[in-house]
Amino acid sequence: MEILVCAKRVPDTSENEIELNAAGNDIERGDLVYSVNEADNYAVEEALEIVERTGGTVTVVTVGDDDDEEILRREMAMGAKQAVLLSDEAFEGSDGRGIASILAAFVRKGHYELILTGVQADDGAAQVGGMLAAMLDCPFASLVTSIEVLEGGKLKIGREIEGGNKELYEIDLPCVLSIQTGINEPRYVGMRGIRQVASVPIPTLHKADLGVNGFAGKAAARVTRTDYFTPTAGHGAEMLTGNHDEIIGKLIELLKSKGGLT
Amino acid sequence: MTPLLRGERDPRFDRPWTRLGRLLKFWFGQWRHPRYLAAGIVHIFLFAGFMVLVVHTGLFMALGTSAHPSMPGGLYAAISDYAATIVFICMMALIVRRLLKPARYAVPARYGKAHTADAIFLLALIALLMAADGVFEGSLAASQAALRVPAESLAIFSMPWILARALVSAPLPMLANLYLGAYLVHELAFFFLLCYRPFGIQFHVETSLFTVYFAKLDRGTVKPVRWGVPDDKLDQVKSFGVKTFEDFTWKHMLDFYSCADCGRCSDQCPANAVGRPLSPRFLTTKARDYAFRHYPMFGAAGNGHALVGEIYSEDEIWSCTTCGACEAECPLLVEYIDKIVDLRRGLVDDGKVPQSLQKPLKALESRGNPFGKMEKKKADWIKNNGFQQSCTVRILNGEPAADTLYFVDSITSFDDRIQAIGRATAKILDKAGENFGILGAAEKDSGHDVRRFGEETLFMALREHNTEAIQASGVRRIVTSDPHAFNALKHDYKDVPPVEHISQFMARAVREGHIKLNAVENGNNVYTYHDPCYLGRHNGVYDAPREVLDAVPGLQRVEMARSRDRSFCCGGGGLALFYEPTETERMGVKRVQMAAEAGANVIVTACPFCMVNMEDAIKVAGMEGKMAAIDLAELVEKQMR
Repeated sequence: MEILVCAKRVPDTSENEIELNAAGNDIERGDLVYSVNEADNYAVEEALEIVERTGGTVTVVTVGDDDDEEILRREMAMGAKQAVLLSDEAFEGSDGRGIASILAAFVRKGHYELILTGVQADDGAAQVGGMLAAMLDCPFASLVTSIEVLEGGKLKIGREIEGGNKELYEIDLPCVLSIQTGINEPRYVGMRGIRQVASVPIPTLHKADLGVNGFAGKAAARVTRTDYFTPTAGHGAEMLTGNHDEIIGKLIELLKSKGGLT
Repeated sequence: MTPLLRGERDPRFDRPWTRLGRLLKFWFGQWRHPRYLAAGIVHIFLFAGFMVLVVHTGLFMALGTSAHPSMPGGLYAAISDYAATIVFICMMALIVRRLLKPARYAVPARYGKAHTADAIFLLALIALLMAADGVFEGSLAASQAALRVPAESLAIFSMPWILARALVSAPLPMLANLYLGAYLVHELAFFFLLCYRPFGIQFHVETSLFTVYFAKLDRGTVKPVRWGVPDDKLDQVKSFGVKTFEDFTWKHMLDFYSCADCGRCSDQCPANAVGRPLSPRFLTTKARDYAFRHYPMFGAAGNGHALVGEIYSEDEIWSCTTCGACEAECPLLVEYIDKIVDLRRGLVDDGKVPQSLQKPLKALESRGNPFGKMEKKKADWIKNNGFQQSCTVRILNGEPAADTLYFVDSITSFDDRIQAIGRATAKILDKAGENFGILGAAEKDSGHDVRRFGEETLFMALREHNTEAIQASGVRRIVTSDPHAFNALKHDYKDVPPVEHISQFMARAVREGHIKLNAVENGNNVYTYHDPCYLGRHNGVYDAPREVLDAVPGLQRVEMARSRDRSFCCGGGGLALFYEPTETERMGVKRVQMAAEAGANVIVTACPFCMVNMEDAIKVAGMEGKMAAIDLAELVEKQMR
């Protein structure tokens, strides 16, 4: 099966202290380190595991600029056969619909049976996967936590639902799935692996190569960010004091009174 | 021999005199055996008996083919009579020991099966050999007595002497038959044993000669990924580490064959003690069983199976803290850490790294520390708690300005609690009049445990960065309060100035009077010193910290039952702090209980990771208020005049 995984480079929340910039319209980006969006990494691992079971290839794609190549290399070191960078000045400032339209144009140029995205980007709004499916007129499922390949161009997928329950679906290929973290245990990629793919060429496709429609770019964006702020801390927290037994007693009492324990 | 020839290279032919000396000490001298007193003494008797009897057996064989059969007499005969008797008694005792097994002999099902039958068979065979010898000598003496010919007197109370007494009234033809029969039984048993030995545990007598001679000489070090391949050529190596049996070096394979299955390694192993799925003894015996299975006596060798998955589990390989207790105990100097590191390198190369370790490794790659903290905050510890007012710590920015570098390392720089150890260390250096500084943001993690967790490429990048930063600082000495950094800078780094641990620095400063210490305020406290693995076992620094403690007037100090080279690991440092093992209790909790058993209420340690683990353990064990932990540097800073 030919699988495409859409990935994004994001500031790593565990290795940065996210602060607002002086203008208050973005975060301070001077000292940030970036990595591949966590959910996207799970999607790549899932694609690799499907290919290990049933054959095929994995391609990783991202929309961005030269800096974003680093995550494509990392995913190639993980095992993806190909990686493609979609980059053009005209793409800058795109909203979710714009990004989906760029990806859709790329998908139409290939023969991908399965398209995976992360459930959402750390700095995103969880909208690209669904829009991409709609633009491609493909079936779509979100929050996927298991994938099994069935005979006859179908998948059996599991979805996480409220209360820790899981539901199973059959879905026709080709389709778009957004992958939930925890679906697998992504393999480790070290410096050595990245070095081994350091000289593999990564093709860059521009607007003209793709035939992107008019949704991409700042001018076409219909959703724009207007403010960025840190909410002020509230007063909801209550510290329980005393020794272990007293704290446990108070906690049980509280849980009972609020209906948490019956 | 076949697997050994297929093993990886491993240059062990250097320093022959050192090796010969160690052979005399550890093999001939049985140096480590008395660490287990009873079993050790039995083994020494056995070994000595065997040495004597090897000569005896040679003579015995010559006797059968000689025209004028007679054995040498005098003192030699007496010694060999006693030797045979002692060996016989030992064999009987050992057989009984294997029938009435102590718990530590047990082989859990997940580690394979016990080799008790094999052991008893061998012991019985040797006992038979000894008995035949006794009957041979005894029947000869009895017949000589019956014929009233002058004879060599037998050693009193030896087995032949007893048998001669018992047989003295037997008819002569029977004695003659016994004499010949015993000879025949002796030779048959002997040659059978000779052929059978390579298949059983007994063979360790011979193989250990080589295992001990070729044993690792440089403690604290980790073997390179591939011997003979320089660091800058490593990118060309297709596969890292040990994935199949044949990826082990020939010496490591030899270790597998030499292990006597005595289990002392596992007795000492902290991972085994807390129920982690690791036991060094079985690491070895499983590999040996694998080798026997895949390299059969007859038929083709089947090689190339992945070891992890077939005989080892991933958790087993990650459970080791590289504390080195097993290696310090093994009478045959079998190596474990290098094998564990090599197996981990193989796992890392295949991307099989536990999720709990992936984040810190990624952070080490992008930020140079496992916590993912920003580089510019690396020196914040000198600003906290108003420290800057009382002590100035210079940040060395490339211009030579200080003699001594204080290498702080990640945990002391970033952990709120451990920063106090950094401040205490800086104050001591300052007080002792040392012209010192730190690297600040230019310092990355020493990479000590990155290497020991199998991520060699990342380690090399960290080492390269730090080496450049240290060289640029122009310092002539390095001091560190972190034994892991100490071990890395001392053994893993090249071309950096000499390094000292702060406990060594303090011992000297106290001796030379640069630091004077006040008496303890609370004379009722009882202190005990916990040896950090990478200060003690891996670098032999046992006395300096104790010297410092004893220099504090009025300080009461006791030793734990397990101290110095038998110290019990706190739970492990570096990446071990992030690893989530399956275990039934924490190593630290066990250690804190050991301190309580020794009668102490303050544990003094000299390692930031030990501090983290001890303080956690005190809470987990519910001993808050009854037990406290303090770093040696913190204690000295507190008592400094």
